[in-house]
Amino acid sequence: MLPQRGAATLYRVDHSGPSWRGTALTRRSVLLGLGAVGAFLTVDLGLVAYTSRAGTLTRRSFLAAFADVFGVHPGFRKNHAKGISVIGYFSSNGAGATLSRATVFAPGQTPVSGRFSLAGGNPAVADTPNAARGLGLAFGLPGADQWRTAMLNLPVFLDNSPQGFYDRLLASKIDDATGKPDPQVMADFLAQYPQTEAAMELIKKAPVTMGFADSTYSSLNTFHLVGPDGERLPVRWSFIPHQRALPAQSGGPNALFDALIKQLKTAPLHWVLRLTIGDPSDPIDPTLPWPTDRRTVDAGILTLTEAQTDRAGNARDVNFDPLVLPDGIEPSDDPLLSARSAVYAGSYRERTTEPNSTPPVQVEGVNP
Amino acid sequence: MTDRFPIRSRVLHWVTAIAIFAALFIGFTMTNFIGSHGALVATHMTLGISILVIVIIRAANRFTHKPPNWPDTVGHREGKLISWSEKSMYAMMLAQPLVGWAMVSAAGLPVRVFGGITLPRLAPFDADLYGVLRQAHSVLAYLLVAMIAAHVSAVLLHTLTLRDGMLRRMTR
Repeated sequence: MLPQRGAATLYRVDHSGPSWRGTALTRRSVLLGLGAVGAFLTVDLGLVAYTSRAGTLTRRSFLAAFADVFGVHPGFRKNHAKGISVIGYFSSNGAGATLSRATVFAPGQTPVSGRFSLAGGNPAVADTPNAARGLGLAFGLPGADQWRTAMLNLPVFLDNSPQGFYDRLLASKIDDATGKPDPQVMADFLAQYPQTEAAMELIKKAPVTMGFADSTYSSLNTFHLVGPDGERLPVRWSFIPHQRALPAQSGGPNALFDALIKQLKTAPLHWVLRLTIGDPSDPIDPTLPWPTDRRTVDAGILTLTEAQTDRAGNARDVNFDPLVLPDGIEPSDDPLLSARSAVYAGSYRERTTEPNSTPPVQVEGVNP
Repeated sequence: MTDRFPIRSRVLHWVTAIAIFAALFIGFTMTNFIGSHGALVATHMTLGISILVIVIIRAANRFTHKPPNWPDTVGHREGKLISWSEKSMYAMMLAQPLVGWAMVSAAGLPVRVFGGITLPRLAPFDADLYGVLRQAHSVLAYLLVAMIAAHVSAVLLHTLTLRDGMLRRMTR
């Protein structure tokens, strides 16, 4: 229990001036105490404030920019908001196992939870052929050897730095008066980021396919495979489609998604996982393609069997964080990987604490 | 003369202090900065699990041994406050790593610490649960910052203003 000592000293005040339980409080001792407390609190609370100081590009900057450009859509991903979930499996042929010790590359099957999406933060945006298509995959969810990857149907990425992505996001904001980004703002942005302009040229040259089912989805960022002997090799991966896409039939706002759902209701869809092994001298800058003669290894086939409306428990609830990697795959020093991981975590926190809304694409409403 | 804590208690206290300070600082950093995210998260999780283990040992030590008496400057009311805040800090130090562990589990992620040890899952894959736990983790972090600030301030005032050797119970 509590010590009751000190009561005797309480009344023994043998000095003039303030005191505390018999101890004289001198000006010096009070100032010393308060000064030390002030110094400690300044350092302690100052450090907390320092971590979210203004003027730096934080994950909050990105989330604020998405809200500014696309509006506030509670419960949805802050980017790639529009999408559908899929399930299936990956059949490894074992060819990747000599390059990476990840269990996903050993011969056999791994369950896959995935999500097709369109780039942008508006969950109700109308499908357009030129909007970037995304495919997020989580291999072996929710196991210990998980591999998550979020890919795009582009040959290269548009930015090679978090600041570049941020500036492009703001520069591409639609002007309500014209329905297009402000051309002067975009021109100023491109003048500052020649690498993005060059990447846009490469993307323009790559033909856009009919739909989700016949798109090639690529990591764009560079990673490293770590082999059974510990050898590290630079890698970029792609999922190459095995089928044509059903043409978008309706001219409706979900034409591309509807065609994908229709096709998935008829038959499973297949992609080949192609690992492109880089030379150590190849760039990790994702706006730069690698030479076309690099060695490739086809590691297996992704089979997607079922489309699902985004809902609790399916890929809606997966954060396709590019740094969730199994032993045997490691990130490169590309700063976009860390930034993506950080901002995705912020988006995941926001949307999991917001009320959920009904996703615009409803799988049940599409007939096979 | 004021009694001191035995050496094992002092070691446990200062190890916890350093680890919690680091975990909080890295935690606030990794939820704002966009650089080195993977390394920061991995370090934060390893620190969190270490703190959990240390605090369990510390709690066992604390609640099976009578701590040294407070100096005479601590009166009845202050004693009650100190006693309550000490128990609250133990509760928070235990809860915070457990909430973090459960939160990572609820996101469907492997709970990997010390560079490769995967811990069992504390919660099912459930995004709504993640949201609740994630908010709780932040609330607890700010509460810990406030409690630590109050704790250090009280010790400094005792030691420097009342000159009662309060800090010496935990040093030397």
